[in-house]
Amino acid sequence: MREPLLRVERLSLDFRTRDGRVKALQDVSFHIDKGEILGIVGESGSGKSVSAFAIMGLLESTAAIGGGSVHFAGADLLANNGAAMKAMRGREISMIFQSPRTALNPIRKVGRQIEDVLLRHGPVAKRDAKKKAIEALARVRIPDAERRYDAYPFELSGGMCQRVMIAMALACEPMLLIADEPTTGLDVTTQAVVMDLIREMVDETRMGALLITHDLGLAGEYCDRIVVMHAGHTVEDAPTEVLLAKAAHPYSAKLIAATPAAADEISQLASIPGGLPDLRRSDLPFCRFRDRCERRAEVCDAEPLPFAELAGDHLVRCWRPA
Amino acid sequence: MSPLLDVKGLQKFYPTGEGKKRGTLHAVDGVDLVLNKGESVGLVGESGCGKSTLARLLARLTDPSGGTIHFDGKDIGAIPLGKFVKAPERARIQVVFQDPTESLNPHFKVFEAIADPIRLLLKPKSRAELEERVRKAVDLVGLPQELVGRYPHQLSGGQRARVGIARAIAVEPSLLILDEPTSALDVSVQAVILRLLADLRDRLGMSYLFVSHDLNVVRLLCERVVVMYLGKAIETAPSDELFRAPKHPYTRALLAAIPDPTHRGKHPPRLEGSPRSPIDPDPKVCRFYGRCPMGTSLCTEQAPLLKPAGRRHEAACHFVDHVQASEQEHALSHR
Repeated sequence: MREPLLRVERLSLDFRTRDGRVKALQDVSFHIDKGEILGIVGESGSGKSVSAFAIMGLLESTAAIGGGSVHFAGADLLANNGAAMKAMRGREISMIFQSPRTALNPIRKVGRQIEDVLLRHGPVAKRDAKKKAIEALARVRIPDAERRYDAYPFELSGGMCQRVMIAMALACEPMLLIADEPTTGLDVTTQAVVMDLIREMVDETRMGALLITHDLGLAGEYCDRIVVMHAGHTVEDAPTEVLLAKAAHPYSAKLIAATPAAADEISQLASIPGGLPDLRRSDLPFCRFRDRCERRAEVCDAEPLPFAELAGDHLVRCWRPA
Repeated sequence: MSPLLDVKGLQKFYPTGEGKKRGTLHAVDGVDLVLNKGESVGLVGESGCGKSTLARLLARLTDPSGGTIHFDGKDIGAIPLGKFVKAPERARIQVVFQDPTESLNPHFKVFEAIADPIRLLLKPKSRAELEERVRKAVDLVGLPQELVGRYPHQLSGGQRARVGIARAIAVEPSLLILDEPTSALDVSVQAVILRLLADLRDRLGMSYLFVSHDLNVVRLLCERVVVMYLGKAIETAPSDELFRAPKHPYTRALLAAIPDPTHRGKHPPRLEGSPRSPIDPDPKVCRFYGRCPMGTSLCTEQAPLLKPAGRRHEAACHFVDHVQASEQEHALSHR
């Protein structure tokens, strides 16, 4: 049964810069159900992380939300004030970041850092905090959790640090976990262990998770649905098997075909010509993929593109989907 | 035909710690490697396994602690670093480094970045010859000529990667060592660069030593793969054979960990724990012992050596035959 948890609807967001407004997000929509992992994939600069920061209320002051809504567990997060957001972050919505070693405080024991989260948000008495922190470490299967409580981040391997980050993020049993490239910089064997852990936590606690990644193979193995982003647009949203088997948007199809895992020979690797358009342009085309697209037609320039349903549960932003 | 590169028992040790904690870090510990003319070999393994150190040794950017490096019949490992800079082999072995954003001098325009190694190593007789060589290298990597006046920060990631390759091939090397050349690139750009590298190899007849943690990239670009673990080469085989029938338990774990949509919902066994310490390792104990699902007391009494495990296939494990027996089952579970 589907229980909606997060619904981002038609979110638009600009960054003010000296060279004009960067239209970082436009008409971005996606949703996450309980017990589900949603993957967002796309090239760097496509707006994946900005979307996550917008949900978390962690945007820079130069960001201006132009429209849309972010509904989480019944409330519109964009209407929330700073204090309400602060109370929510880390308790109901948690985030884990790239490069855990820089995200952790280097001069504080990892156990204490988990306690900080528990004391800040949780209904945990000070005398129980240490016990709870050790439990949190044990839950992410850190061997010898009691001893690791006293470790500093530099004493742990990258994979261990990421587990500490996950322990911290899950300490208050959030309803939604946002993981922004959680395994970048980790070895594949460690990546597999960390991702297995996230999947298990989602299955066990029925929390929802958002996995931001540029690795379609990773999204394909662990996500229930995948949203493809390109230049600040959500261009496709489909269940994982559907997207991988019959991507409808030309960009999604190219992205899949450019992934080395999919090819038997190097000549089969697809390349995507050109780059992302300059998002500062005032005359951005309706379809931001237009200049890189092989299926381009007159209609693409004529009318704005809706993010429309192709079949139940399969959305695409293209006039000429495959 | 004699091989282009013939490495025997190559070692690189670093002293670590002080006082009672003093020890020796075995970064590369007795590696044999043969690379034929025009052949591409992939070097894979986790961070800390010594693959980058091995690449630096072969490029002669650091002195080996032991072993020999025969390049075209000549032992270049014996030439001290200071002398090697002026040796004719310097130009014949070139490196393409990770992350072109970091490895290109930000104050050099593209022309200077490419001209610099040409000046140093080929000593062109005239400005015209230098310009001709730069122009040729820029053409070969498919970079528009008008970009030679730009600085690295004015280029896209893909263009910077091309500059990194252009400056390496400008001096016409026989061996190109590529250290994770595409790890900083988006997948769409990566595809273009990989195709360029395959194309250049065919046109210029270079040999590649391709260091990467991305096994799929290695599979596409290399004929043969060497898997390293804690300073040792633990398995080597033709690429398709390694992917089809890995023999070493570590290689199998490594391959099983590659993200793959067909693995969804299944739970292939994962490698737990971390590698043993590379500092003063016990020569009698297999380096993989402790993490290995097949470890027995034999593995602590006698470290396994590379031994034949098929055609052009070698693995360093006491239980290669056992692995062979369970192979069918493994193949089935991967369908």
